[in-house]
Amino acid sequence: MTKPGAARGREDLLAKVVAITSGKGGVGKTTTAAAFAAGLALRGHKTVVIDFDVGLRNLDLVMGCERRVVFDFINVINGDANLNQALIKDKRNDNLYIFPTSQTRDKDALKRDGVERVLEELKQQFDFIICDSPAGIEHGAVTALYFADSAIIVTNPEVSSVRDSDRIIGILSSRSRRAERNEPPVETSLLLTRYDPARVTKGEMLAVEDVQEILSVKLLGVIPESESVLRASNTGTPVAFDEDSPAGRAYLDAVARFLGEQREMRFVQPERRGFFRVLFGRA
Amino acid sequence: MRLHGMRFFNFVFPPRPKSAAIAKERLKIVLAHERAGNHAPDFLPRLQKELIDVVGRYVDIRDDMIRVSLGKSGETSLLEINIEIEAAKAKAKLGSAVPA
Ligand SMILES: Nc1ncnc2c1ncn2[C@@H]1O[C@H](COP(=O)(O)OP(=O)(O)O)[C@@H](O)[C@H]1O
Ligand SMILES: [Mg+2]
Repeated sequence: MTKPGAARGREDLLAKVVAITSGKGGVGKTTTAAAFAAGLALRGHKTVVIDFDVGLRNLDLVMGCERRVVFDFINVINGDANLNQALIKDKRNDNLYIFPTSQTRDKDALKRDGVERVLEELKQQFDFIICDSPAGIEHGAVTALYFADSAIIVTNPEVSSVRDSDRIIGILSSRSRRAERNEPPVETSLLLTRYDPARVTKGEMLAVEDVQEILSVKLLGVIPESESVLRASNTGTPVAFDEDSPAGRAYLDAVARFLGEQREMRFVQPERRGFFRVLFGRA
Repeated sequence: MRLHGMRFFNFVFPPRPKSAAIAKERLKIVLAHERAGNHAPDFLPRLQKELIDVVGRYVDIRDDMIRVSLGKSGETSLLEINIEIEAAKAKAKLGSAVPA
């Protein structure tokens, strides 16, 4: 079976399963999953983004396809629907598909062998499978990262988020399938989001170097705190489709790095303005 | 009087430690602990309780006199058990059960 994806490296002929995870809630996982999937699709890779947050379906809203959901991930796991009935094709990009989750309150609905079967089937059709993890370190979050080849740790420059990211990195290296099978470890990288360079300069916010030093994983990118993120979710548009916004551009840079390109880090310096800096020089 | 901007600023508002620096220090310390205990088995509290029961048969001991922890010495993982006993206050009636 052939996949229409463009320009893949020689060694990764197999689809990649990418977990978007963090431990802590509300740090930007769903925003990132949507933006990353959109960015990979823009780069010509056939990509599906799966909502693993069973019971709290939200990816559909962020992707703007909430009114098109008929069947979901759990229906397919249970054999009540087939993949092609449940996958929603994005209207803006032909390479992009959304796989919504169920609103069920049964948290055991996400059966590991069922998830494995569905992922194997998706690998036949897609280049990248992006898994939007729920918060926490319970069943749902562990299932979302269990089958991962890569993991993107979404972290905010804030103490509890950094600590929870450390926990998740520990779980990736001990409880993922790759760890259990003694295979090469899950390729793990850090995406620092909601970053405010002006506050970093004032010493009010952990700097990207500090967070990277503490977590010691590869840095994939820095996404600035940006009004465009709320505007994007209001309208159901992945922010990576908004190339005029700083967050959108930062996500596209991160996607390029993820694909192995070199990109300079942008949005890590405060914008040039402010009376006091001029008056007192650089503090 | 000539004062540099920053000096004048510091004179009027003495600098406080920056909160981001405090955050970094606190994270380093808490994560060092948590990583060391990452594989801390769940049985530690039960082990501690049973040790208190056993040791308590021979000497007077309070809960807070036994500390069980996991540590590292180089590459070796250590299960460290510290038992503090008040100057050989052996329990009289069980004293004979203890091998001399
Ligand atoms: N870079 C950013 N700038 C501003 N707001 C953001 C940014 N990233 C995420 N947010 C906001 O933070 C909130 C939580 O984001 P979400 O992606 O739902 O997090 P999670 O999936 O981790 O719970 C949302 O309201 C989202 O709009
Ligand atoms: Mg979410």
